[in-house]
Amino acid sequence: MAIFLTADSKILIQGITGGEGRKHGARMLRAGAQVVGGTNPKKAGTSVELNGVDVPVFATVKETMAATGADVSVIFVPAQGTKAAVIEAIDAEIPLAIVITEGIAVHDTAEFWAYAIEKGNKTRIVGPNCPGLASPGKSNAGIIPADITTSGPIGLVSKSGTLTYQMMYELRDIGFTTCVGIGGDPIIGTTHIDALAAFEADPETKAIVMIGEIGGDAEERAAAFIEQHVTKPVVGYVAGFMAPEGKTMGHAGAIISGSAGTAQAKKEALEKAGVRVGKTPSETAALVRDLIKSL
Amino acid sequence: MDLFEYQAKELFAEYGVPVPKDKVAHTAEEARDITTAFAAEGIPQVVVKAQVKTGGRGKAGGVKLADGPADAYEKAERIIGMDIKGHTVHRVLIAEATDIKSEYYLSFLLDRANRTFLSICSVDGGVEIEELAHTNPGAIARVPVSPLTGVDHAKALEIVRAGRIPAEAEEGAALVAERLWAMFADEDATLAEVNPLVLTPDGRVLALDGKVTLDDNAAFRQDHAKFADIASTDPLEVRAKEKHLNYVKLDGEVGIIGNGAGLVMSTLDVVAYAGEAFGGIKAANFLDIGGGASAEVMADSLEIVLSDPSVKSVLVNVFGGITSCDAVANGITAAVKLLGERGETVSKPIVVRLDGNKAAEGRQILVDAAIPVVEQVDTMDGAAKRAAELAAKGA
Repeated sequence: MAIFLTADSKILIQGITGGEGRKHGARMLRAGAQVVGGTNPKKAGTSVELNGVDVPVFATVKETMAATGADVSVIFVPAQGTKAAVIEAIDAEIPLAIVITEGIAVHDTAEFWAYAIEKGNKTRIVGPNCPGLASPGKSNAGIIPADITTSGPIGLVSKSGTLTYQMMYELRDIGFTTCVGIGGDPIIGTTHIDALAAFEADPETKAIVMIGEIGGDAEERAAAFIEQHVTKPVVGYVAGFMAPEGKTMGHAGAIISGSAGTAQAKKEALEKAGVRVGKTPSETAALVRDLIKSL
Repeated sequence: MDLFEYQAKELFAEYGVPVPKDKVAHTAEEARDITTAFAAEGIPQVVVKAQVKTGGRGKAGGVKLADGPADAYEKAERIIGMDIKGHTVHRVLIAEATDIKSEYYLSFLLDRANRTFLSICSVDGGVEIEELAHTNPGAIARVPVSPLTGVDHAKALEIVRAGRIPAEAEEGAALVAERLWAMFADEDATLAEVNPLVLTPDGRVLALDGKVTLDDNAAFRQDHAKFADIASTDPLEVRAKEKHLNYVKLDGEVGIIGNGAGLVMSTLDVVAYAGEAFGGIKAANFLDIGGGASAEVMADSLEIVLSDPSVKSVLVNVFGGITSCDAVANGITAAVKLLGERGETVSKPIVVRLDGNKAAEGRQILVDAAIPVVEQVDTMDGAAKRAAELAAKGA
């Protein structure tokens, strides 16, 4: 089993005719994902060739879903149009919408999140500013490279793209059920807690790796959740111990405000909840390795 | 981006939030002339306020009352050039002195945890809100604000009543709340704080001080660049920004170039751990080259990092996900060549760690290039240790 994204997932791409949409659409197909269609109102009725496959283009998400049975949307549209694209996905009630686009104004994210809640929270939103989801050997939705790891018993949830790849690669001999990149923006849809709950419920996931970074208190809240609801072993990593106060470190949400959001506080909260926290990414991978051996 | 008080108040005024009359002075002479002009308009007393993006100005002596032009000159002369918590004062705000009956607190901000906006309001203003949260948490009202419906007059009244603002100030404060929200929403702010919001003896409600943070991600639809403070920004950060590089200057000795915000943050930490064994060597900067690593981006990055005099060694830490390591290796060799052609021969040691997609090919390219200053280490921890060691030798 995998969480959120399985071998049966049928993926549509919003922005399929753009450069990023085409490039990553082809990569997803190569990784074995079912990419069944995409949207571009101006090019409806045509198709794009991705990796030797003709993928049909529709005007709307709703039409794509009706014609293809798509249940996942990966959104590559530029920041200016992302809010409208996500709202379209919510209106179509697609079960999963993955927002890859970075540089989205936080007022736009706050607005589409509020809209999703108002509409009954029927669409799981992942991101924005995230690499997407990979369920190795089953499906791939987003920009996570498929060929750096294998399927196995680890569940991974992370705010950072490259640290996710690093961890997937270091533990490629053990493998993963699903890797969830939740993104580094101040407001995101799916949180560490959502992924932890899903991994806890997934019988094939035996251990969980959780990667966090400075800013906000998502890791502290995840720690409280782990303490109460997670029985599977969790290994953690937090980036940004050396980040100065008040500076945005690449990700829009990675900022220490006053004394809030520090890596030290997050590490302590996780350790208090019984999570083993690695000092470096490699040490974190080694902790996971030991843990899997002992299971 | 955090704004100065005077910039925040310009925005307030633009949206109709009442503020005392004020004007910025860069010199003591300007401060005197502004005060002379104010006096001619019937404003006998002014407050000279240091413009720095940090709290505690008052305690540091950066806010002084002045009686007339000569006094304003003297106070401004003392404040301009002052260092407040590492921030040099380049300008002062000359503001009309206001009689105060009561001080309140009002703000709008992004509530990350609840994924919405929040208004904080309190009848107890004038102190830092974090301090108030400790000393008198009951005096603070937190009212969620929906991004979909925002703040109309009814919502504004709900906020000020929740903050227990007295009836005599209620209408004035509600008007401020409504207009402050309009500014917050239209300008893509993540914080708009008025502290103190004051009631004057003649019944007016004014924003006496203001703090505004704008969302850098909204630059595509906002002209935030006009607020940029080039004078107080690190010159390397200014240059990096011109080249569209994601760079933050830090105070260590190892220049860092990596791909992905999380990996680069992690690299800073790993260098600091490794540096403990070499007398406390740390990272000199954060630099995320993002997904692609073309020769040009790598050359620009190396140029910025190497031009920092505190850099004694460089660590290039790349994990090839989408990016393939052969492209990165070609980028490094081309960059060193390009810098040589620009007349900036590279003499500082560069430690390179390539892993992931096409790592073997990338490593081979660097072996074949045989650049004397470039040294490869296969693991991130090992590379950090070597870079720290080389920085300690070079220091």
